[in-house]
Amino acid sequence: MRKINLLVSITAICTMVFLYIPLLSVAFFSVNDTKYGMVWKGFTLDWYLKLFQNEMILHAAWNTLVLAIVSTIVSTLLGTILAIGMDRFPWPRKMNTTLDLILHLPVIIPDIIFAAAMVVAFGFLRALSSMFEPGLLNMIIAHITFQTAFVALVVRSRLVSIGKEVEEAARDLYADTTYLLLKVTLPLLMPGIVAGAMLAFTLSLDDFVISFFTAGPDSVTLPLYIYAAVRRVVTPQIHALSTLVLMVTIIMVICMERFTRKVNIK
Amino acid sequence: MKGLQLRGINKTYGNVKAVEDVSQEIHSGEFFTLLGPSGCGKTTLLRMIAGLELQDSGTIILEGEEITALPAIRRQINTVFQSYALFPHLNIFENVAFGLRSRKVPGPEVDKRVKKTLEMLELGQMTKRFPHQLSGGQNQRVALARALVNEPKVLLLDEPMSALDAKLRAQVQVELRRLQQKLGQTFILVTHDQDEALVVSDRIAVMKDGKIIQFGTPVEVYESPKNKFVAEFLGTANLIEGTYHDGQFHTELGIFELEKPPSWKKGLIAIRPEWIRISDTKPDKNGIRATVTEMIYRGTNLDLWLSPGPIRLRTSTYKNIQIGDQVWLDMAPKEIAVLNE
Repeated sequence: MRKINLLVSITAICTMVFLYIPLLSVAFFSVNDTKYGMVWKGFTLDWYLKLFQNEMILHAAWNTLVLAIVSTIVSTLLGTILAIGMDRFPWPRKMNTTLDLILHLPVIIPDIIFAAAMVVAFGFLRALSSMFEPGLLNMIIAHITFQTAFVALVVRSRLVSIGKEVEEAARDLYADTTYLLLKVTLPLLMPGIVAGAMLAFTLSLDDFVISFFTAGPDSVTLPLYIYAAVRRVVTPQIHALSTLVLMVTIIMVICMERFTRKVNIK
Repeated sequence: MKGLQLRGINKTYGNVKAVEDVSQEIHSGEFFTLLGPSGCGKTTLLRMIAGLELQDSGTIILEGEEITALPAIRRQINTVFQSYALFPHLNIFENVAFGLRSRKVPGPEVDKRVKKTLEMLELGQMTKRFPHQLSGGQNQRVALARALVNEPKVLLLDEPMSALDAKLRAQVQVELRRLQQKLGQTFILVTHDQDEALVVSDRIAVMKDGKIIQFGTPVEVYESPKNKFVAEFLGTANLIEGTYHDGQFHTELGIFELEKPPSWKKGLIAIRPEWIRISDTKPDKNGIRATVTEMIYRGTNLDLWLSPGPIRLRTSTYKNIQIGDQVWLDMAPKEIAVLNE
């Protein structure tokens, strides 16, 4: 029994090392005071300072933020409405399974297929208006399409856990639809909505494939910039940038975790 | 016209008839109970009265006014839900105030009414707390307060005690009965617990398969059950099968005399375990010689199983009885219920 325990522990530790060594080494080289080579030459924050003097990087960071914020706001709104509509409208039972499938598809479909489909769709739209030239607008629309499904899934699972009885109680206590929505459904749904929004934001921040297919020359985001830069040469600046993006993501995940835990205890 | 009238209510889900042709009058100020096993349609019927479910056909009349087509928010009827369905994000005061606030009752009046209701239910100290900080029994009272503060014409209670433990439940039943009598309001309770129904009700309607099969006061339904289902659902009963001829009821156990001749030739009689008396000497009428085969001591009484039969007997004035003892059973004609269906 003890032997097995030891084996399990060792495997677990190895897996953790396997998972985190690449990330840790990136962070390690981002503070290493040398441009080339794999040896430790002392601690420095130079690469981070240089990062903030690089116009292209700042521009990419700005694009990334605009894309993430706008798409998150819109997709959170749409996803929430979609979830409420799917869960609370008295659909016939058969329709329910179909709706379920429709909602899960964008989540399951490989990004690359989704991205290619976007290219085709924007091709059509371009014929109607020059608005749909590759660029930030296309990226925002594309991000909204896949984020909405994620938000709707999260919000819907919260709706299911709230149950319908509380809403029935509100109706029984003379609440009309607006009052019910404002005073009962939305306040109870808020943790789900916030969690969905954070998930959407993180997904948008990290997305490469869909951005790559829909970006224009002027709408480079950080993941796209990193990709392009790495193809030329991996500099410590890139390490520093990657580490920053990683840290933002980690903070978001921790916040989300804290938030949902607090709500669950309540 | 006072009270609540249900006329020819029907409801089907797919192929299942949840409620079938229910017509029932509920008097103003009475404690009425819908009693039945799970799936008998009692909750569906309650939800239709609340306006949370729409019946396929039938009419509902409240104090002379037809409310058949009105949605829940326009019916002066409030519900205590089985899970209480309290609003977890609102404190106790706001939970209770919800129905008044949604109807835009002015603030000072809300204050006054909520406080009064909370005091009445001994929740005066809890106003600032949240439902998750309260015990099950306290939450149940909050649910009751939240409904009663609206002064509904009818209060509906959907198995409100199923989440409480047995001891608390017995206490709450009595409190609920007292509260209803104090307020003089119409209460309709749904339950599957026959003890609860007997304790609290003015009248009980026993439901099965979507139909009301018998209704009456607790004494009527308990002492004169109409059929086998009612006899066995409310308490336990010894059911004895036989034929009636020559003014007597002939069974495998022996010959019985009945108070009134039944309407049938072949059928069932029921006798409750606690109605049978043990006797050392042969009784004048309906005496049966039986042997004790099993005994269970329950503190307040003793449950016996006797053969032939087996006959179940409950006694609280027992003497020293042991398994294997032979006794006379006295089943007086007035203690025997004749089942008519």
